[in-house]
Amino acid sequence: MTDVIAPFLAATIRTAVPLALAAMGELLVERAGLINIGLEGAILAGAFGALVGASAGGVAAGFVAALVAGLLVGALFALCVIVMRADQIIAGTALTLLSVGATGTLYRTLFGSSGAALGIPTSAPFSIPGLSALPVVGAALFSQPPITYLAYLLGPVLAWWLSRTHAGLALRAVGERPEAAEAAGINVDRMRTAAILTGGALGGIAGGTLVLAQAGTFAEGMSAGRGFIAIAIVVLGRWTPLGVAGGALLFGAASALQFAFQAMGWRAPYQLFLVAPYLLTLTALAGAVGRARAPAALGKALEPRR
Amino acid sequence: MTAQPALATASALSLESIAKRYGSFVALDGASLQVRTGTVHALLGENGAGKTTLMRIAYGLVRPDAGAVLVDGARVTITTPSDAIALGIGMVHQHFTLVPVMTIAENVALGAHGMLDIGRVRARVRDIADRTGFALDPSARVESLSVGAQQRVEIAKALVRDARVLILDEPTAVLAPEESRVLLAWLRSYADAGNSVVLITHKLGEALSVADDVTVLRRGRTVLAERGASTTTEALADAMLGTDSAAVVASASAHARSLDGPIVFRAQRLRLTDGNGVDRLRDATFDVRAGEIVGIAGIEGSGQRDLLRALAGRIAPSAGELIRPPEVGFIPEDRHHDAVLLDRDLSENVVLRGAGTRRGIIDWKSARAGTEALLEAFDVRPPDSRTPLRALSGGNQQKLVVARELHADAGVKTHAIVAENPTRGLDIRATADIHARLRQASADGAAVVLYSNDLDEVLLLATRVLVVHGGTVREVALDRDTIGQAMLGTG
Amino acid sequence: MPHSRSRRLLGEIALAVVVLAAIALSSALLLLAGGYQVGAGLRALWLGSFGSWYAFTSSTLVRAIPLMFTGCAVSVAFRAGVFNIGAEGQFLSGAAAATALVLALPLGRLPAPVLIVSALLVATAAGAAWAAIAALIRARFGVLEVISTIMLNFVALYAVSYLVRGPLQEPTRVYPQSATIVDALHLPRIPGAGRLHVGLVIAVLSTVLAGWFFRRAAAGFRLIAVGESPSAAASAGGIDVPRTMARALMASGGLAGLAGGVEVLGITFALYENISPGYGYTAIAVALLAGLDPWRVLLTSMLFGALEAGAGAMQRDAGVPSSLVSVIEALLILAVVVGRAARVRRISASGMPLASPPDA
Repeated sequence: MTDVIAPFLAATIRTAVPLALAAMGELLVERAGLINIGLEGAILAGAFGALVGASAGGVAAGFVAALVAGLLVGALFALCVIVMRADQIIAGTALTLLSVGATGTLYRTLFGSSGAALGIPTSAPFSIPGLSALPVVGAALFSQPPITYLAYLLGPVLAWWLSRTHAGLALRAVGERPEAAEAAGINVDRMRTAAILTGGALGGIAGGTLVLAQAGTFAEGMSAGRGFIAIAIVVLGRWTPLGVAGGALLFGAASALQFAFQAMGWRAPYQLFLVAPYLLTLTALAGAVGRARAPAALGKALEPRR
Repeated sequence: MTAQPALATASALSLESIAKRYGSFVALDGASLQVRTGTVHALLGENGAGKTTLMRIAYGLVRPDAGAVLVDGARVTITTPSDAIALGIGMVHQHFTLVPVMTIAENVALGAHGMLDIGRVRARVRDIADRTGFALDPSARVESLSVGAQQRVEIAKALVRDARVLILDEPTAVLAPEESRVLLAWLRSYADAGNSVVLITHKLGEALSVADDVTVLRRGRTVLAERGASTTTEALADAMLGTDSAAVVASASAHARSLDGPIVFRAQRLRLTDGNGVDRLRDATFDVRAGEIVGIAGIEGSGQRDLLRALAGRIAPSAGELIRPPEVGFIPEDRHHDAVLLDRDLSENVVLRGAGTRRGIIDWKSARAGTEALLEAFDVRPPDSRTPLRALSGGNQQKLVVARELHADAGVKTHAIVAENPTRGLDIRATADIHARLRQASADGAAVVLYSNDLDEVLLLATRVLVVHGGTVREVALDRDTIGQAMLGTG
Repeated sequence: MPHSRSRRLLGEIALAVVVLAAIALSSALLLLAGGYQVGAGLRALWLGSFGSWYAFTSSTLVRAIPLMFTGCAVSVAFRAGVFNIGAEGQFLSGAAAATALVLALPLGRLPAPVLIVSALLVATAAGAAWAAIAALIRARFGVLEVISTIMLNFVALYAVSYLVRGPLQEPTRVYPQSATIVDALHLPRIPGAGRLHVGLVIAVLSTVLAGWFFRRAAAGFRLIAVGESPSAAASAGGIDVPRTMARALMASGGLAGLAGGVEVLGITFALYENISPGYGYTAIAVALLAGLDPWRVLLTSMLFGALEAGAGAMQRDAGVPSSLVSVIEALLILAVVVGRAARVRRISASGMPLASPPDA
């Protein structure tokens, strides 16, 4: 059994980490009362940034470049939605399209249309002494690229930040009742911009993780809908960091089942596993909303600037 | 502008020659206000006189186009509420700025920096509760509190930031008379302790009963600034209403009509239940006849909102009997939210009425002609049916809504009208115009049901008054004190 | 403000010229930035789209047909305030349903025209049904259709992927695609216009009808009112808002599904995985640039059809990545939404402040 469980856990974590990183960023954006559909674009931009950064200066440079690329998409979203007061759903959709087009064009321009496997450095696993020696789960959970450990920490840290700092309280107020936050002396636009930029940066790092810690290369459109899944995970996780962490693991597990089935020798159409996360999202969303309460200002048109 | 007698020199807050325009609309045109330390200062004016805008400038929510703001005699620049808070200015808004899902402590903590020690905030809230005599449970969620308790949270929010100048925007509008009395007494003691209070109100008696000084705004200008002791309600009324006061008074005396028209609305043991299964109204029985203007009074949250919507056919009763005509004109209080399409033109906004049941094709040509006839008849400006509604002033938008609701689909007059705060936010002329339209409608034989949270407006228009209290409805005499007691359930 | 008909027409033409100039300019700049030959790139873009009768009919118009349907679909939903990002999935379910029907019903029992019409009807129904899933879970559970329609796009994509490798795979079981539809069941070609088929007529009729529906029909006005303000539509108009939104979403899905059916019977003659190069997503740009007006969708769908056709030519003849066109499309969408937000600000600046303080 161990030879099935350990790879299953490892595959779960591998899928869950980029989803969790992106979803934590989107969580901040949604707690500030906005939906950024452009997250998919931020992930893709991050993946491409990682390729450029890593081929120039190694893994660390790759992650920095991924962060910057995601930040850039976030900045464009903030420019449209906060500064220009454009519709957030449409601006987000356009930014995803922009990212698909721009990364595709740049990739073929810079790296040729062959799409040949590029030898870029990847993030080596780092085994945590002691923990990685645990039976069954040790190697799967604690012998991972360092970014995975960052993802582990992100949930608790965000949970703490939201409930135990004035900035976290302010962010929640902005998403619930922006006019109340403003009257309390909080700069609503600045708070939202900060949330969008952080969300973009985390989306970029999520994309960087795909390239630097998993695929080892870039492919056009390699974000493959993860941005949309991450948005669903935020709802599924009921807008709480720990819930989001759980949601990401659930999705990781659903797609890891594919490998578990293969290992057990069971036959099933592979599309079933690919589609499972989306079906799960739909059914889970149907169950999750209703019980959970979304930030009251979520997705509402922004009040005009003074 | 009339001459302003110099008030005493020690002024906690002073606004000088403030101007503010919104596009072509002049909100403030050289308004001034001087608040002496240790006093309660009443800021009076009709709706639209600029009281709230002036105070929003003092609190950093609106930026003035011109003028100076001084705190303790020193010129300051206030561009955000946090600037105002740092200068010791606190504001309690007419529409509370609380986060409903958060606790009192969280709401009080909002806006500070660094680590959030909720235990310490709770202790601070308890401390303030002790000092002020307010009953505040720091762990209670704001959405579970009564309106009066929410107001006390707003005051606590200001006090926790060491406010020395407290601005309250129409604080008694949402309170029952007894609650108002307690609040005003507390404000008095707060000022006596060396702080300052600006009380925005349009209730003259209230102003004179508590205020040391009075300032009156009319159309964005300061028209009177006096000691409270040296003025009278008559002088204040003249200052507030100016040349318009004659017109308002004249229109006020016009009704006394026989009340034997046919019954238009009939409620028998009517029960209304909200989405959560909570009864909003349990046992309402009354009739409304043609030719009447029936005023509804009640403190906020007593169920009148649901009652009006049931009469207008927007919600269904959960029990009891309700007879109402199929076509009821409805003027909801939140115009932008419930009555109009801001980005459609005027004819589309007129066609909106009855859109739910219309079949087939819309004849836009005749719709435009009908709209322009309405615009003409109701003096809506500009009288162009192709103008987007957003481009109209608030008064003209409301005139259009009233025009539409007073006429059924084919230009026929409506026989039943339900109006909810129909003049909220309108200037004095638009208010007088809408009052006249409602009176005319009732004179033409329509049954009118009017709710206003301004008791004076109810008294001005109504031929009968029904008070909503404790889940039931009862008729009381057209008398301010009687109505007030019935609203509280003490009468 | 009196608007004379000719002045408005002049304004529209000026706007169109500005849009075209902006596209040419931004393409040139992007080509320049990418280090490509600007002249050769733009020439290929032109030749591949409008440069010849063949290019115009067989490339530009052929691509414009699905965009007319899906652009209309998006307009109908967005006008009602329903963010249907799912035209792609609805297109796929229409394509799959039409293919399944014509492959299942043997020719000869029924006359070909009857079969073709039924296939298109089934495609429409399938698209509407796919959208109805999102409508249902919105009505039942309050899930935002933005999220559910995106999810359903992926579900549709994987469902097609399964179908063309499973139940609908061609008899030799080699290629991941369905069997080819027999010639008799193809949509007739328009004589003298290359690959162009009568789907164009159906598409143009649909857009004209949809535009008329918004302008004249009582139901169309209900949809607009709901999109502008659900609360006012319900309170002042007595409109059943959830039902209107659900119907708009299903009508939108039906149009997108019809697009899928027309594409299968008119162009591809088989179902395969990448049957849509993103028509459902491009449709959002098509509809927004048209100001959500189906009549203008006629023009913007041709514009985007030309862009996509030209992109292929650019890649083939000038070595420019075709994804460059996505960048141009995205920039167009952003320009439109930002411009619209600015216009709303300007109108309200001339009147009262939008967030008028309660007492001012």
